[in-house]
Amino acid sequence: MTPGSTPAACAALLRRDLTLAWRRRGDIAMPVLYAVIVATLFPFALGPEPALLARIAGGVVLVTVVLAILLSLDNLFRGDIEDGSMELLMLAPQPLALLVGVKILAHWIVSSLPLIVVAPLLASMLKLPAPAMPVLVATLALATPLLCLLGAILVALTAGSRRSGMLLALMLLPLCVPVVIFAAGAVAAAQDGLPWVAPVAWLGAGLVLALVLAPLACAAALRIAMDS
Amino acid sequence: MANWVPLWLHRLSSPPVFYRFAGAVRPWALGLALLLGGVALYGGLFIAPADYQQGDAYRIIFIHVPSAWMSLFIYGVMAVAAFIGLVWRIKLAETVAMESAPVGAAFTLITLVTGSLWGKPMWGTWWTWDARLTSELVLLFIYLGIVGLYHSFEDRRQGARAASFLVLVGAVNVPIVHFSVNWWNTLHQGSTVRLLGPSHIDASMLWPLLTMMAATKLYYVASLFARVRADFIVAESGKGWVRDLALNTPGNDAA
Repeated sequence: MTPGSTPAACAALLRRDLTLAWRRRGDIAMPVLYAVIVATLFPFALGPEPALLARIAGGVVLVTVVLAILLSLDNLFRGDIEDGSMELLMLAPQPLALLVGVKILAHWIVSSLPLIVVAPLLASMLKLPAPAMPVLVATLALATPLLCLLGAILVALTAGSRRSGMLLALMLLPLCVPVVIFAAGAVAAAQDGLPWVAPVAWLGAGLVLALVLAPLACAAALRIAMDS
Repeated sequence: MANWVPLWLHRLSSPPVFYRFAGAVRPWALGLALLLGGVALYGGLFIAPADYQQGDAYRIIFIHVPSAWMSLFIYGVMAVAAFIGLVWRIKLAETVAMESAPVGAAFTLITLVTGSLWGKPMWGTWWTWDARLTSELVLLFIYLGIVGLYHSFEDRRQGARAASFLVLVGAVNVPIVHFSVNWWNTLHQGSTVRLLGPSHIDASMLWPLLTMMAATKLYYVASLFARVRADFIVAESGKGWVRDLALNTPGNDAA
């Protein structure tokens, strides 16, 4: 790759973000720890009856993962905006949408991949039947990047404001309703022995749409938020 | 072809001109809204016959259905205004979009509350996860998110632009939510409840409904204009025309 070309810039940005995340390994563990704690609380609240837990396992794991991603989203752009590297990215000759897409990819690797790895463990703690397990992992593999892409638009919008924590949750809820419906629908269908391909296909379609549109929207939102 | 329409619109988008225009229109809109609302309520509550199945309980539709229409109509107005504001950076369009959101949220809340009041005697429950109810609840959250985002910025115009962008994101999202919620509900269980279809309705019940619809539209105009006026006063507080207004300089006919 020639230095300064678009692929080289993307690779450099990805390497930089991953290195920065690796330097603060404790932060990577936080969403996972959070998901484990939330999932552990459910049996205490609802009772340890296996039939009940198996019924709700898919939904609980999904909601837990959504919440963990929501928590981690807050610092997607914050460091870059505080130390000024976001301005440099905006001034770079490469299209901002592409660079933002790379940043979202790095964030997904750091925050969501560990969650996908730990999700089967949580699900088996909650007695999810084994046949539904691959479907759960597949839906998470599609749903988590989708959530990261959708959330990135909202994080970019709140980038210029002072307080954003609860506001982000309020804004993300309407966007994640369809994702949760289709993901949980696929797991529930697999659990009941019904065909589960249709909701997974819808998730995939949503992911393709978001992959194309979300970085563009995110770049536009960042330009609005940083424009002061 | 005279081009006075675009010229007039262009002049109207200037805050002092719109301030005077809105001040002149607002009392008429509010008065007509109250009048039509009163007529519609009388027609709906006293003249229209009781439903053969639901008795008098159905009469809440004269509030519920116009509010539900308004909750979507205002979102449409807001989306168009937000688009115009983002593309052409017209201050009036941004303000209209931002000041529509609380009114729309209020209508959405009224829809939800009256719906659940009606649902208790009819369905036997305050709330059910019916597709339309859920979509309306999500719409309320979108409205609240827009209001919250607008107010979380120090700079009002920057907040308006960010929230306008969220309006457009929400406009893409609302049909997707409605579709997915429909799908979700039919997957799990066939819903036994249906809201009243407006097409199978007797004329004696229809006219109060349509009158109330006109009344809510006019109320929206009145409320929106009052809010936009107040917003302009705050946003332009350093400008000459607001100072003239505050000091009540002679020769200024602004109401």
